[in-house]
Order: sequence, then C-alpha cells, then structure tokens
Amino acid sequence: MRAESITWGVPERTILREVSVECPRGTVTGLLGPNGSGKTSLLHILAGLRRPDAGQVHLGEQSLHGLNARDRARRVAVLEQHSVTGLDLRVRQVIELGRIPHRGRWPASRTEGRDAIARAIQLAEVGDLLDRRWQTLSGGERQRVQLARALAQEPEILILDEPTNHLDLGHQIDFLTTVRRLGLTVIAALHDLDLAAAFCDQLVLLQDGGVVASGAAVDVLTPATIQRVYGVRTSVGPHPDSGRLHVVWHHRDRLVGPSHVGPSHVGPHSDGSVSHSTFGLTPK
Amino acid sequence: MSVALASRRALGLGATGGLRVVGLGALLVGALLVSVVMGVGIGSVPIPTSTVLEVLAQRCGLGGDVSLLDDQIVWQLRMPRVLGAAAAGAALALVGVVLQSLTRNDLADPYLLGISGGAAVGAVSVLVLGVSVGGLLATTMLTLGSFLGAIGALVAVLLLATGRAGDLPPARTVLAGVAIGQVCAAYTSFVTIMSGDHDAARRVLAWTMGSLAGLRWDSAILLIAVAVIASVAVLAFTSDLDAFAFGESAANSLGVAVNRTRWILLTGTALVTASLVAYTGAIGFVGLVVPHVVRLLVGPSHRRLLPLSALVGAILLVWADTAARSIIDGQEIPIGVVTAVLGAPVFAVLLRRERAR
Repeated sequence: MRAESITWGVPERTILREVSVECPRGTVTGLLGPNGSGKTSLLHILAGLRRPDAGQVHLGEQSLHGLNARDRARRVAVLEQHSVTGLDLRVRQVIELGRIPHRGRWPASRTEGRDAIARAIQLAEVGDLLDRRWQTLSGGERQRVQLARALAQEPEILILDEPTNHLDLGHQIDFLTTVRRLGLTVIAALHDLDLAAAFCDQLVLLQDGGVVASGAAVDVLTPATIQRVYGVRTSVGPHPDSGRLHVVWHHRDRLVGPSHVGPSHVGPHSDGSVSHSTFGLTPK
Repeated sequence: MSVALASRRALGLGATGGLRVVGLGALLVGALLVSVVMGVGIGSVPIPTSTVLEVLAQRCGLGGDVSLLDDQIVWQLRMPRVLGAAAAGAALALVGVVLQSLTRNDLADPYLLGISGGAAVGAVSVLVLGVSVGGLLATTMLTLGSFLGAIGALVAVLLLATGRAGDLPPARTVLAGVAIGQVCAAYTSFVTIMSGDHDAARRVLAWTMGSLAGLRWDSAILLIAVAVIASVAVLAFTSDLDAFAFGESAANSLGVAVNRTRWILLTGTALVTASLVAYTGAIGFVGLVVPHVVRLLVGPSHRRLLPLSALVGAILLVWADTAARSIIDGQEIPIGVVTAVLGAPVFAVLLRRERAR
C-alpha cells in the first residue's frame, strides 16, 4: 500500500498535509504522533473510509478510492478505536459480520465462509468466547473479537486504530504478537513508543498533520525528534536485558519534571531519573 | 483449539439456533392462517369456522354450497379487511425494524419522518375543509389527500436534513421529522378546532388513531402488494442492516455504501408508510414494539428479525382489528387504541424477562 501526498481537512482546518506513506506487503507499520496529530484521519483515508482532498492511495497498481465499498472491504479491514453497539449480539454474530463483503445481497447459505471464520477464530484465539454476549466482554476480549471479525474479511491489509488503548501490559503484548504473526500488511496507530519499536518494521511519526520522520525505529525515535514532537526529554537506546530499543524519559519540557509521576516505577534508572519501563510517556 | 473443532462449534450451535428460528417461523405462519380464518368468523354476525372454510373452498373453485349471505359477509366484507390488516401489520413491522436499525434509535417508528403528521394535514384538509377534486368520491379524496400530505412532509424532511454532500445523517433526519411533524400537528389542531364542526373533529380524531373500516378488495390488494414488495425488497438489505450494528463507519468498512443505502431505505420505507397511512390512518405501536419483541426472541440478526417481525406484525394487526370491530356492539374502537392495549403488556412482560436474564 502506498499513499502519495495525502491532504485532507475540514472547512476550518487542514488536518493532513502532503502525507506520503509506503507500506510494503507483509510489513507492520506503526503510526505515531501526539493526540490530534492526524493519526486517525490518516488511517480512515488509508482504509478508504474517507476520500482525501488531494493525493492518492494505491493498493498495488489500483487506486483504493476507485474501488467500490464492497471490493475495498474484501482487501482492507479496519479495527476501530472503540466498537460500540446497543444490540445484544453474540460473539459469533460479531465475527460473522466480517463475511458481509463476501456474501451476496440476498441471504446466503450458512456455510459461506465457514473456513475463513474458523481460521479467524483460531488466529484471534476467541474460540472460548463464541457464545458469550458482546456486552459482557472485557476490553481485551472485545478487541480480540473485533480482530477475529476483521480477519474473517480475509483482508490483505489490516488497519488498527490504537488497538492496545484499553489493554493492560500483558494483553498489549499478546495482541501485538498475534497481529505480528498474521503476516498481513498492517498499519497501526500506537501511543506506546517502546511497543511500537518492538513490534513494527517501520515507524511513521506525525505532527500537526505532517510526517516528521519515517523509517526504522532507531532512525525515527531519536531524542531530538521525540523532544520536538512530544516535548519530552528522553534517552533512547537498546535495553541491556532485552536488546530492544527503549525510550526512557526524563522530564516534560512544559512541566516540572518527573516527581509528579507517582510511584509506578520499577526502579531508578541508571542516570538517576525515576523510570518505569516508560509506559505512559506523557503523563496527564 | 483446532480449526475443525472451532468450525464445528461455529456451525453446530448456529444450526440449532437456525432450526429453532425456522420452527418459530413455521409456527407463526400457522398462527397467521388461523388468525385470518378466525378473524373472518368473528363479528356482529358470527360465522362458524366451517362455513368460512366452505366459502373459501367455493371461491377457490373447489365447489361447495354456501348461502349468498355467508359468501357476501366472508368474502366481500370481512376477508379484504382481515387480509388488509395482515398486510398493513407486516409492512409496519418491517418499516419499524429498518428504521430502528438504520438510525440506531430504539424509539424509531414508521412515522419517524413526519409522515403521519403530513398525512393528517391531507386528511384534515379533505375532512374539514372539504377540499375536493371534481368527480372523486370522498373516500378516494381522503386516501389521495393523506398520501399527498405524507409525501409532502417527507420531501420537506429530506430537504431539511440533507447535507451539502448529499449525506443524510440520522440524527438530523430524526430532528427534521420532529420539526415537520410539529408544524403539521399545529395545522391539524388549528383547522379542526376553528372549523367548529364537531362531526368533522370526531372523524379527524378517529382517522389519527387509525381504522381499517373502509377496506374493500381494491384497497386490500394494494396493501397486500405493498407488503409483499416491501418484504422482498428488505430481504436484499439484511446484510447491509446487520453491518450497521457497530455504527456507520464500521458499516462502511464492511463494504456498505452507507449514504446510498440510507437514501434507498429511508425513502423506500417512507413511501411504504405513506401508502399505508393513506388507507388506514396512522396505526401506532405496531412498528415501534413488534421489532423489539422479535429482537428479544431471536436476536438482532436481520435475516431472522425481518421475516419474523412481518409475521408477528400481521398477526397482531389481524387480532387488533378483529377486537376493534367486535368488542363494542355496533361501534368501532380506533385500532390504534387496541394495538396499544394489546401490545404494551406483551412488551412489558418481555422487558421484565430480559431484565431477569
């Protein structure tokens, strides 16, 4: 998937300016940026849910916005930040929604797509949830069920809008590990820089609707860039235990330093600032 | 869990649920047939079921020996009215399901878009002001007037609600419907009260509560046609309506052309409602409650919800109309009163059961 100089806005404001992104087949791209930097808008355009004011999104040789909705839904699946329904749906029914783009207009046989559904259930590990009611699921379970629904669409491209938002650390890692294993082309908006560095092949950093940096994690997540975009002073380097890229923050430029963060740290960092493994980079 | 096991579970339980629903459907079809036959038998002159069946057999060319009077009452007077009631009930329930799903609003009913208000304007203009077009009968004028009023209101609502990009956001559409409905109600009240004609006022009130009293074969066939067309047409939208479960954006990502679907369904259901209102007046409650009742029974999947709602709506209206014309000797109760009295307790019981689950 390739997006070329995407520009999009609402009447009073330009949200995205000349954004270009290239996501090679089978790779995981992390979309980073502060709140309001245009991540969700860009994802909606890449998903074909919104039409850009200028620019093109290509899916291989085809133009994404030239496809009709149904053809598009067979190739691109989306996981929204929040999935809300007032209906009393069972998990199985939610997953079956993913077959809609493959089914004809008239009610089809029940066996349509059952292999795809079974595979999706297995990949998203929701086999034990099938008879549960959607309304009784926890945040993590809902996210897995929506992933199964998206996989039932049998897409080439999976678009995730802050999929780990409401998940605890363990479920965040489980979810991203699952996504990583799929082998699909994935574009995910993420807030957590460490997780992004660990699970993505490439990162795209947005600020005020423009791309600030893109490429490998080591090139994107530099202290200078992070300070420019997030206003946070950091050290970045491989962690001695894991070897993974690790962002340790020192203080927020606009605030008074780390003391207001509270006690949720694992230990003092070697340079003396209080640090937990960085979850919650921008404490509020 | 292995793929095979997962798929067996996915299918196995689905099939059991499916069988239950098919059973329920067959039960309801039977109940509808029984209701029609019984509804035809009940009335100021009771007709035994055997006679009703004989008349039907004779009319179907199977021979038989029934009196002309029985034939008149069963075939000419009651049958069109009972079948018309079934058709109107089915169509109202279908429209209710579609509008509730499309607007994601539990309170949506067939008169959501100001249609009953507009139809009332037309009806009042004919009943009170005596608007007429040379040569047309008063009842024909009433039908025509209320249909045109309903269409007028619909056009006004759509003009108010449509965005610059040709989109039709549900929240704004509902509000536009409320606004137009209020204007229509103001006109209706004003004209009715200012006319000082008590008989006309009573007829307006009766009309707004709905009545199937005037149904003969010609109008019944039209209602049946509307119900059949509506039933077949909505079946083409079961998946699209399912896709709206998680909202508009999710529907779009599942391949539904949201705006086009919304336009087709909103104008389609409005035309169906306008046709019904023109013949029966505004019959409340069916389109609001039946979808909820059926959803509580079989869940929100539209391939089940739509056909079963149509059946339940048909049965409810057959019995409501039978009650309306036979409870008080020599006088008809407005059918809207009966649908409310019959429907509300059923709904209350189901809600309590749902809460207990």
